[in-house]
Amino acid sequence: MEITSATPPGPPPPRKTSRAGDRIFLGLSRGSGILLLVIMAAIAVFLTVRATSALSKNEGDFFTTFEWAANSTPPKFGIAVLAFGTVVSSLIAMLIAVPVAIGIALFISHYAPRKLAAPLSYVIDLLAAVPSIVYGLWGALFLVPHLGGLYTWLNDYFGWTGIFAYQGGAARSLFTIGILLAIMILPIVTSVSREVFLQAPKMHEEAALALGATRWEVIRMSVLPFGRSGVISASMLGLGRALGETMAVATVLSPSFTIGKSLLDPGGGTFAQNIASSFKESGEIGKDALIASGLVLFVLTLLVNGAARLIIARRKEYTA
Amino acid sequence: MAKRIDVSGLNAYYGTHKAIEDISMTVEPRSVTAFIGPSGCGKSTFLRTLNRMHEVTPGGRVEGKVMLDDENLYGSGVDPVAVRRTVGMVFQRPNPFPTMSIYENVVAGVRLNGGRYRKSELDGIVEKSLKGANLWNEVKDRLNKPGAGLSGGQQQRLCIARAIAVEPQVLLMDEPCSALDPISTLAIEDLIGELKERFTIVIVTHNMQQAARVSDRTAFFNLAGVGQPGKLIEIDDTERIFSNPSVQATEDYISGRFG
Ligand SMILES: Nc1ncnc2c1ncn2[C@@H]1O[C@H](COP(=O)(O)OP(=O)(O)OP(=O)(O)O)[C@@H](O)[C@H]1O
Ligand SMILES: [Mg+2]
Repeated sequence: MEITSATPPGPPPPRKTSRAGDRIFLGLSRGSGILLLVIMAAIAVFLTVRATSALSKNEGDFFTTFEWAANSTPPKFGIAVLAFGTVVSSLIAMLIAVPVAIGIALFISHYAPRKLAAPLSYVIDLLAAVPSIVYGLWGALFLVPHLGGLYTWLNDYFGWTGIFAYQGGAARSLFTIGILLAIMILPIVTSVSREVFLQAPKMHEEAALALGATRWEVIRMSVLPFGRSGVISASMLGLGRALGETMAVATVLSPSFTIGKSLLDPGGGTFAQNIASSFKESGEIGKDALIASGLVLFVLTLLVNGAARLIIARRKEYTA
Repeated sequence: MAKRIDVSGLNAYYGTHKAIEDISMTVEPRSVTAFIGPSGCGKSTFLRTLNRMHEVTPGGRVEGKVMLDDENLYGSGVDPVAVRRTVGMVFQRPNPFPTMSIYENVVAGVRLNGGRYRKSELDGIVEKSLKGANLWNEVKDRLNKPGAGLSGGQQQRLCIARAIAVEPQVLLMDEPCSALDPISTLAIEDLIGELKERFTIVIVTHNMQQAARVSDRTAFFNLAGVGQPGKLIEIDDTERIFSNPSVQATEDYISGRFG
């Protein structure tokens, strides 16, 4: 046997030189990634510095003071009312919007004939695109004058709970804000839920049908369990919008730094509304104080999103 | 328990497309009837007309009569939901409910339509159905684990347990073994042999040996060409179909001399 060659013939070695296009693209994407991080870090540093400067001059306690006098000397301000108003109005919005949105989404995905489902989905997607100031104007000009009846009814039947007591007066309360926010987040929650429900596996719907399930039972057995995490994500999207909503709230609410015993009492405020309403008239420290409150809203939104991710991750574990 | 199925003059459509035409046949109670025929000839479509699942497909429409003993499934005033409780179905791909445990899967149908049972009753149903599906010994220690955690063959037997838990009169199976390995397939074939003591069974299969092994009667379907509706060519005792069928096309199909 004769050894002819030491190196066996193999595939040619991979080319080390990469193409110019690849290099340019790599440079561009890496560069813009770094730039983005730098800009975000700069914003964070700027906001934190300004916020700390305001907090160091604050005479009151930032978390418990029921007052926003950031422009007086000495400045005194606290976020208690804003945090309460933001959380409560968003909660009311969620309690109203999520069940209704699930209902509409199920109707579109599983009940409505196709001829009706398509235009209905279209209208709802369209509603999601209406600017929030339009909702605000509609809320102030239509919703507020027409809610008196509902308020009286709530007072008659649930006034004894305290939180639905109503003394008369304009319906510019956190409850009205909650209703308005519910209407505003309804389209987005509905259309995301609808998409999820439409993806429910036919296989499991047929399994339920073949067992003799009614349409509602099919939904309960196969569509809702499948759609749960999607609906949670959709609700969180809506909640994010409700927490940060500015113009609509500022247009409708008559702000005051009090926490009413009843949800129907006029007054209160939210983080975003307070920033929009007070920014123009604020001096240096006033603006820094608003920035501090904005950071709290940011942290709140982060927490909510984190919680939602946790819930979804846990569900995934079970179904996998 | 088991009932006779008597089909006459049945047509089924998808929108304007006629998928099967003028099918008439009788299926005897406590027997296994196999449907064989080339792909697309309408076996699944016909099977799904027997429990009114066909009309669930958008555009699905049925003409003709399906008598279950002396009740017409397509009579006016007949509730399709009630029909599907009487005529159970097992699908090609095992489809246990993924969020439910093994136990919950078995009683899923029992709990429907406002069915209220005591825990002990449900326990009894679960044990009886899982034993009926030859699955009890394999899962009795993990009834509360997800049904999706079983092997494919076990999942299919879980689906059979779920279907028989509601005590149907008829059990329809659409290629129940086509996603399974030979051992699981044998397990299910044995099971079919036991189940026919209690139910009327109709099974669609592409596996000639399987049809020959499990069925008492065999129906051969065929279609004249693409876009043509599928038709019943003949139905006869399985032995006869596989030894001496009366139609040439049947013999060609069975012996592989088809098309
Ligand atoms: N959802 C549907 N929409 C429209 N046409 C359909 C639908 N399902 C089946 N068909 C058509 O109906 C005819 C019969 O299909 P069917 O699924 O009943 O055949 P099959 O005999 O079960 O085939 P296979 O052996 O491949 O399962 C085919 O022409 C098919 O294209
Ligand atoms: Mg088929």
